[in-house]
Amino acid sequence: MRSLASTTSYLELLRLVSPEAVVVITALAVLTIGLMSRGATVVAGVSPAKPPAGAAGTAAATGWCSLVAALGVVIAIAAVLMLPRNTGLFGGMLVITPLTSLFKIICLVLAFFTVCLVRSEKSLRHPGEYLALILLATVGLMLLVGSEELLMIFIGLELLGLSLYVMAGFDKTDVRSAEAGLKYFLFGSTSSAFTLFGISLIYGMSGSTGLAAISDKLAATPVQPLLATGIIMTLIGFAFKIAAAPFHLWAPDAYQGAPIPSATFIASGSKVASFVVLGKIVLVGFGPLHGNAGWHAMVAGWSPVLAVLAALSILIGNLVALAQSNVRRLLAYSAVAHAGYTLLGLVAGSRDGFSATLFYAAVYAITLVGAFGVVAVVRSETGGDDLKNFSGLAGREPLLAGCMVVFMLSLAGIPPLAGFFGKFYLFSAALRADGNYGLLWLVALALLGSFVSLYYYLIVLKAIFVDEPSLTPSSSADCSSSDLLQRITVAVLAAAILLLGLMPDPLAARILAAVS
Amino acid sequence: MIAWTIYLTFAGAVVLLVFPGVVARWIALLTAIAGLVLGIVAFVRTPVADLAHFMTIVSVPWVPPLGMNYHLAVDGVSLTMVLVTGISAVSTVLFSWDVNHRQREFFFWLLLVVGGCYGVFLSADLFLLFAFYELVIVPKYFLIAIFGSTNKEYGAMKLTLYSFFGGMFVFAGILVAYATAGSLDLNQLMQFHFSPQLQSWAFPVLFLGFAVLAGIWPLHTWAPTGHVAAPTAGSMLLAGIVMKLGAYAGLRVAMNLFPEGFHAWSKWIAVLAVIGIVYAAAVALRQHDLKFVIGYSSVSHMGFVLLGLATANALGVSGAVLQMFSHGVIAALLFAVAGRMLYRRTHTRELDALSEMNLSHALPFAAFTFVIASAASMGIPGFSGFAAEIIILIGAWKTYPIAVWITGAGMVLVAAFTLRALVKSFFGEVRMQTGRVSTDADWNEQSITLAEKCGACLLMVATLAVGLYPKILLDRIQPAVEAMRFLK
Repeated sequence: MRSLASTTSYLELLRLVSPEAVVVITALAVLTIGLMSRGATVVAGVSPAKPPAGAAGTAAATGWCSLVAALGVVIAIAAVLMLPRNTGLFGGMLVITPLTSLFKIICLVLAFFTVCLVRSEKSLRHPGEYLALILLATVGLMLLVGSEELLMIFIGLELLGLSLYVMAGFDKTDVRSAEAGLKYFLFGSTSSAFTLFGISLIYGMSGSTGLAAISDKLAATPVQPLLATGIIMTLIGFAFKIAAAPFHLWAPDAYQGAPIPSATFIASGSKVASFVVLGKIVLVGFGPLHGNAGWHAMVAGWSPVLAVLAALSILIGNLVALAQSNVRRLLAYSAVAHAGYTLLGLVAGSRDGFSATLFYAAVYAITLVGAFGVVAVVRSETGGDDLKNFSGLAGREPLLAGCMVVFMLSLAGIPPLAGFFGKFYLFSAALRADGNYGLLWLVALALLGSFVSLYYYLIVLKAIFVDEPSLTPSSSADCSSSDLLQRITVAVLAAAILLLGLMPDPLAARILAAVS
Repeated sequence: MIAWTIYLTFAGAVVLLVFPGVVARWIALLTAIAGLVLGIVAFVRTPVADLAHFMTIVSVPWVPPLGMNYHLAVDGVSLTMVLVTGISAVSTVLFSWDVNHRQREFFFWLLLVVGGCYGVFLSADLFLLFAFYELVIVPKYFLIAIFGSTNKEYGAMKLTLYSFFGGMFVFAGILVAYATAGSLDLNQLMQFHFSPQLQSWAFPVLFLGFAVLAGIWPLHTWAPTGHVAAPTAGSMLLAGIVMKLGAYAGLRVAMNLFPEGFHAWSKWIAVLAVIGIVYAAAVALRQHDLKFVIGYSSVSHMGFVLLGLATANALGVSGAVLQMFSHGVIAALLFAVAGRMLYRRTHTRELDALSEMNLSHALPFAAFTFVIASAASMGIPGFSGFAAEIIILIGAWKTYPIAVWITGAGMVLVAAFTLRALVKSFFGEVRMQTGRVSTDADWNEQSITLAEKCGACLLMVATLAVGLYPKILLDRIQPAVEAMRFLK
């Protein structure tokens, strides 16, 4: 009897985690393919006089591995779609709601586009391992999104983090990549320590790791210093993950040094999932300790803490980005600023605010994947990603230049692009959260920040459209199929940003309905 | 039907990207003409009585959870602005006929500006209006930074940053209105009563944001540098319609949403407007670059618009709307002569250099056009500038008699700098080194082209028609203004 009951529950479990299972299996398959083709590459490259054969072998292996990986991701999306609407297991360890399903799909889509970018990353020598890591990181994202229990969230964070550390330092030929990997690892592991410590304190105070149970407990007890410490430590851990100032110091080096698909994934998928989880933790778990971040009505709680993080991120991110000459570094500092804007919705704390945060985070992630896609092409053609490498891009690559306009202007919040709607939604949610315009100070700061940000986004576009080309592309002769794929990816993402700007309703209404 | 001005213009912008660059200007011209024709047809066929209130033409839910609608509406004021947009757009394309470098991009950005302007003038939803409003600015950056001349990157960046600086305040004002009233629909918001305390600080934020784009003193400095840096088409659009966006939105949104705030602050707007009129005219008197003269004259003329708005009576505000139309046409004409007819052929805009070229003989049509434009700009009776400015001053007399006296002095300055520019550029004394005129072989080949003549004639007819019979516009503007909330 007992074994029967456990069998059914295992079957049930397997059904509910089928998307994660599909991704894990795909990761293993990709690893195997990579290992096998690597053997072939070694054989082909036995005679050192013929390195091109080895390169061709790697390219073929990359092609196969990414094809399988992309296929696995698509199957996982289908599996997510077939999940039941509302279920939970093990006291919130695995939760399935429209919200988790929606964001699992978004994470998988981001992983899909990242895989598309991998195909043209020529410097990767072990594509199988690399893609397997991306997929494992994706599993981490899905666990993060689909859990309302602190231990499970921590496991998701670690799975994600460990995969990303290796991915950041994956290019062994590039010293910058090693630097990126090391910095990201050191900061990330410190932040994990903070999170774990914070979680343990909260567990000690509330006697539970489930978010709903914590919330019940917190509502009944007054705020104690120990609890406040626990909450702040947990928040610090997430502030590292979303690169909010002053915990952003890893971001510029990681964005600039890591291989482009790694940087893309760190900037997109990791960030979206972190915002989903952060939102769930503060709104569900710490709900009773909201506090108030209003100008005249400051009440202790987590929202003033997040408000300070948001204000610092907006200021530091935008002001430092003004001085950057490397596009990836510029994007990193702008990411800090965007983390600040995105936090506004959480500070507001309302249902509207959370859904605005999620919308903005999703749109931001899509935009950044596209922007990194353009950077990748420019890098492979001119050998660098400084602003001067972008000069004259409009003449060489009108399509990519047009897409970059979409991405940069969406980040700057110019209509009719998705970023504009996202900002409007966020800021209006923050302003409406409090009857007395308490958050007006933060909204005003965010508006000032997005005004400042326009300058550096325009500088990128000026390099692309106005400046005379200073560098000649090294080898644009071979426009291979992988480059074509990359172009299609970028164009699709740009179209998505434009469409989401013209018709935000499908995504916005879905998120709003899912957040309840 | 008039909503199609927006769709056609954006569709034209996209379509011309697909075709080879040679036909881009034809597509742009057809699109612009279609917009103008639609505007004229709507103008002729819509009964005057219908234009007295903001009449919905399209209303489709856009983002229902947030209360955003795709809501377009038209009244006499917006129809007038649509008309001047159409006229400016057609003449702008005609005066850009010789663009032969990255044509597709040029006309793409140009049509985006025009389409965005149509959108602003027809929007009846605050979010939609703001989206179109911001949409106009970035294409201007590219138009100036890629295709401009003197100090173009600086001018373009300055213009863009100033515009977005204003946009930031507008954004804040819109958010406050939205958060308070819970609606974005202009017609609903105009019924909503905002608390006087809120109005007293929200109005200046919102109005100032819009007024930056209208070139209010002391935030006007982007306008002259931007005009000078811009290509001819850019200056024409900028002075012709983009600056009007600010004034129009200030009237439509800021003054109607926060009427009490407006009444509290109107005298300060009048003060800034009068300073702008006199100061810009005085500065224009000292300029050596013809485009700088015209750029400052734009600021001075926009000062009249702001003064008209500040009068807070139906006459003054109607005059302001008429002045928007009139200045849109006249400024486009002035820039067309300075930027296209003269600069393309003489390669200089320095007044001292021009005065030695005996241009009235070399380019008689240009001289004729410039005389007409100057006369209209100075406010000679018979041209639209006179009709508009006299109505504004009559309106202002009721509210701020002192302002009228000062402005009267300012008008003398306007006449002075206009005449100075006119005499120096076309009727200068021919000195010794006049040989340049005859030796410069390009000139005879580069006689005024048909496209330029058509564009100039269109603008001249518009200013004359409205000047001789301003009632044709005023009949439609005045009831619409009288229906507005701030007058009650």
